[in-house]
Amino acid sequence: MYDIEKFYEAKSAGDAVAHLAADPNAMVISGGTDVLVKLRAGKGAGCDLVSIHEIPELHGVDRTTDGTIVIGPATCFTDITNDPIIRESLPYLGEAVDTVGGPQIRSMGTIGGNLCNGATSADSAATMQTLNARLVLQGPDGSREVPVTEFYTGPGRTVRKREEVLIAILVKPEDYIGWSGCYIKYGKRKSMEIATLGCCVRVKLEADPGAEKAAGVSSSEEASGSGFLPGAGYVLGDVCIGYAVAAPTPTRCRNTEKLLTGMKADDPKIYDLIAEHVLEEVSPRDSWRASRDFRIQLIKEMARRALEQAILRGTGKGTPGASYFSPVELDEMGEAGGQVWEAEHPEEKEMPVYKKDGEVLNGQTGQVIRDTDKKGGDQ
Amino acid sequence: MLAIVHMTVNGVEQELAVDPRESLLETLRNRLNLTSVKKGCGVGECGACTVMVDGTCVDSCLYLTMWAEGKHILTVEGLKGRSGELNPVQQAFIDEAAVQCGFCTPGLIMTGVELVDSGRRYTREELRKLISGHLCRCTGYENILNALEKVVGYPKTEEKG
Repeated sequence: MYDIEKFYEAKSAGDAVAHLAADPNAMVISGGTDVLVKLRAGKGAGCDLVSIHEIPELHGVDRTTDGTIVIGPATCFTDITNDPIIRESLPYLGEAVDTVGGPQIRSMGTIGGNLCNGATSADSAATMQTLNARLVLQGPDGSREVPVTEFYTGPGRTVRKREEVLIAILVKPEDYIGWSGCYIKYGKRKSMEIATLGCCVRVKLEADPGAEKAAGVSSSEEASGSGFLPGAGYVLGDVCIGYAVAAPTPTRCRNTEKLLTGMKADDPKIYDLIAEHVLEEVSPRDSWRASRDFRIQLIKEMARRALEQAILRGTGKGTPGASYFSPVELDEMGEAGGQVWEAEHPEEKEMPVYKKDGEVLNGQTGQVIRDTDKKGGDQ
Repeated sequence: MLAIVHMTVNGVEQELAVDPRESLLETLRNRLNLTSVKKGCGVGECGACTVMVDGTCVDSCLYLTMWAEGKHILTVEGLKGRSGELNPVQQAFIDEAAVQCGFCTPGLIMTGVELVDSGRRYTREELRKLISGHLCRCTGYENILNALEKVVGYPKTEEKG
């Protein structure tokens, strides 16, 4: 028995808004997999619930005539993953929400709830950030559109007012046509796990006009270690990088995106660039799930991997189902990593740092801290 | 104050007076005595309370009974054949000794039935992911996977020799 005062099943979004506005003690419930778990723990106990569980207009995925994809916020994760429009146009979003909880939870929890819950660890969050999704909130005074990048105001907090209901998630055609992407979740288990870190990188590959001249140049071997870098003959026309759990709210790394845009897709430098520069734009913290140091290492490594996979997919050679990253693969991350470096240089631990032209720079002031060529560096 | 809910449970139409604060788990166990539905963690992690709602497996502990209005609910009790015979998924669990204490079994059987209903066949790796919403602390899952492979796995290739 859940500790609630009243329960109301709304007939439509407008009906839900009217009931929320009339009852200051009421809150929205959709799939229930977050709200009911919180209620059981006593958070928000004694409240009234206005349910939007049974409103058909909030379910399903659709495409308008101008190509905008409209995702109904009450669509459950399983339905998102299996939806033909998502599979065709936003497969990385389908993969991202396929990492939520377990199968039963994915058939109950909804994508709108995943966003409105405000959690930085939400599995759809990083991907939504990169998609520039627009959220349509309906309130008592009409509806408004909020970009998802301006939606979060803090941990568990969003700009959505209590009496507002998310009625649609919009993805514009220019934000998905021609793009490829990859979401990677790091968790200790492959299931029933809240992300320790989530990273989504999307790229828009464009044919490189100077590709033929560049053929034969392969400094790629030393950088990747595998002797193969994907994306030959393409440039990064546009890049989007989104993180979950790398800051109190889901984050975009716009400066790094700008830096990478226009570079050759098979340029080995892009992998070091992304790994170094994203650190300036995130602020991970220590938690019982993982230390800040470990998260920094994940942030760097996952950016590389997601970028590589996004480019591979853009050239039609991607690996499906690459979205899980577990401790088994940890060994592949190289032994040194950020942790060792920061242990040796505790004075630099709290400072966002990045490498550029063989020098270590302070992420905030841009000052040169140390020349890595002399000391070996953090890689 | 009680509310009236209509639902079809294991093929039988029910009109029930329930407390709107109830979970489907509580309604099925306490009002309909369907005790195959187990209460485990209560937060949707263990899968012991898994039942089918309109053909989809959900954790009934996180499902409000009010949402079941007009829906079809299926529990292990509803799998019994006309003359009392077991469902093929149940039989496979017995044949493969996939049951120890039995607490997780009803939930796993329901997921097994959902997989059979999908009409597909699955690899062992896919099955691992598909039963990841169930915790079993006895069997180590191997026999459970053997049982599921028997009903929804690919036919075993004959060993040469």
